[in-house]
Amino acid sequence: MTFGNWFAVLVALVVAAEFVRMLRRRALAQERWRRFFRHRTTSWGLGILTFLVLVALAAPLVAPFDPNRQLDIVHLTNRAPSWTFPLGTDPLSRDVWSRTAYGARVSLGIGALGALVAVALGTLVGAIAGYYRRWIDSVLMRGVDVGLALPRIFILLMAVALWDGLPFAALVITIGLTSWFGTSRLVRAEVLALRQRDFVVAARALGADSGRVIFRHVLPNAAAPIIVSAALGVGNVLLLEASLSFLGIGIAPPDASWGNMIADGAPAIYTAPWSTLFPGLAIALVVMSLNAVADGVRDALDPRETP
Amino acid sequence: MSALLRVRDLKTYFVTEQGKGTARAVDEVSFDLYPGETLGIVGESGCGKTVTSLSILRLVPEPPGHVLPGSVIEFEGRNLLALSAPELRAVRGNQIAMIFQEPMTSLNPVFTVGDQIAEAAIIHQHLSRRAARARAIEMLRLVGIPDPEERVDDYPHQLSGGMRQRVMIAMALVCHPKVLIADEPTTALDVTIQAQILELLDRLQKELGMAVLLITHDLGVVAGHADRVVVMYAGRVVETATTNALFERPTHPYTEGLLAAVPRIDAPRARLHAIPGQVPAATDWPAGCRFHPRCPYAWDKCVAQEPPLIEIGAGDGEGHTARCWLVTEPERRQGKR
Repeated sequence: MTFGNWFAVLVALVVAAEFVRMLRRRALAQERWRRFFRHRTTSWGLGILTFLVLVALAAPLVAPFDPNRQLDIVHLTNRAPSWTFPLGTDPLSRDVWSRTAYGARVSLGIGALGALVAVALGTLVGAIAGYYRRWIDSVLMRGVDVGLALPRIFILLMAVALWDGLPFAALVITIGLTSWFGTSRLVRAEVLALRQRDFVVAARALGADSGRVIFRHVLPNAAAPIIVSAALGVGNVLLLEASLSFLGIGIAPPDASWGNMIADGAPAIYTAPWSTLFPGLAIALVVMSLNAVADGVRDALDPRETP
Repeated sequence: MSALLRVRDLKTYFVTEQGKGTARAVDEVSFDLYPGETLGIVGESGCGKTVTSLSILRLVPEPPGHVLPGSVIEFEGRNLLALSAPELRAVRGNQIAMIFQEPMTSLNPVFTVGDQIAEAAIIHQHLSRRAARARAIEMLRLVGIPDPEERVDDYPHQLSGGMRQRVMIAMALVCHPKVLIADEPTTALDVTIQAQILELLDRLQKELGMAVLLITHDLGVVAGHADRVVVMYAGRVVETATTNALFERPTHPYTEGLLAAVPRIDAPRARLHAIPGQVPAATDWPAGCRFHPRCPYAWDKCVAQEPPLIEIGAGDGEGHTARCWLVTEPERRQGKR
């Protein structure tokens, strides 16, 4: 690892820390954002996420090696962490740090996009079911029951079988399409409670159509649980991608994702634990950070605490 | 003069949980609202006032509620119950507007009051955002909110209850509706604020020339602000009269009871009168006259047969009617109470 790489990592760390500090300073001005930062874990979570996103964006700068290159398949396999290979090398003699940095792009990308698809779909279905009630509610919610009852991994295996060599976009969409059931139930429950609220009836009395009522009056008031479920959704999608890649049906090798790095390192887990430990740690860090941030968002947006 | 709003035989029923029964919340209610007048609808909680007002704009939650076929709600000759959804939306907020009981919960907490007042103008008059904002400021000034340019960017939680009710009124009046339905507009407010809000409504009614349907359980409010009154009990209209006639010659024993229950500043101190019992459940109205279990005059005819709305003649002006057999047998009124 060159001086330039270390420097880039340091810059990323400092930028992440400063970013969080700046947000905290601004937050003091507003009650709502003060609540967001009430717990120290939220700041840590936000900092860690910012750092990992920066690393993903600046992967070419922070990574000393080509993540897919097998440096020396004879002499450089399963090397322990050192100054040259800060996180060691994997059984195919690739640099684990470089792969972790590039893998962040893939894993965080799938996590964010997959969760976006899932939450958008879940919100839409939940809002329609909860607002219109009657038969459409029954139909959609029985569909959700079926979706929740089917083991997701089998649906994904089926999709993979049908779609030889899943491209990135297809993977994101497939994951998104199978992850929205929980969100839709949550949103439906919120909408059911909100649709009879006085201000919703008042909006209808003003002549607002259903689209306007749903998107302007109902959903903004359900923002807290939706955002929280999106944050937690990213973590879930990340874990799902990891398990898919571990099963060998996620991101196609040699491209790195945190999931398939664990899969690649698994055979040597006793002799060279670093090639599974570090991507695993990255996944765990992201999921925990997202949980912490989601807690902060929930505190900040909880209307019961708004004066 | 022809009626602006004509309600005939309005029946709004609710199917209760598990289909155990039907709550006949509003049962054959008829009344007329003329241009420019204030019509009070009075009755205690649970007698169907609010459901009546929600039915007019078809805002009754369906299911479980439904307005029965055969009901007529005619606005300027058009039956609102037969309108398509877009036609109905063009009436709501534009021709007929409504203000609600609870100013605390009737405003959307996540938007500024300016946004919410502008909404109806954007929907019905297709104003640009900027024009709508100017309109919102103008409306805030009209309803007597100080510093409207500042308040327009406030969120509902930054305003007091009285201010919020003024905002609600501003929202309802943006499009200068011909009919304003005010569903207990002052119930949730302090007495002093109540008076201010009612004065405001009176003033705006004169300025804009609209008709007001004032729904309340407060006879004091009716006395000061309504031209005519419809008294409701148990989903039925039990008496209609001009305000003067109603207060001078209450005919239905229920109206009599309501009036007797109002504290009076000029009366000798005594325990306030209360009507015994309470409104029965809407799933199970009594047979015969629905008021007979609580009526001090009731006799067997009241149990056997429900009276129709009977016109009270004798120089009491037009349209003083009561749903009571006492109108036909006034001698029975003597010697009781």
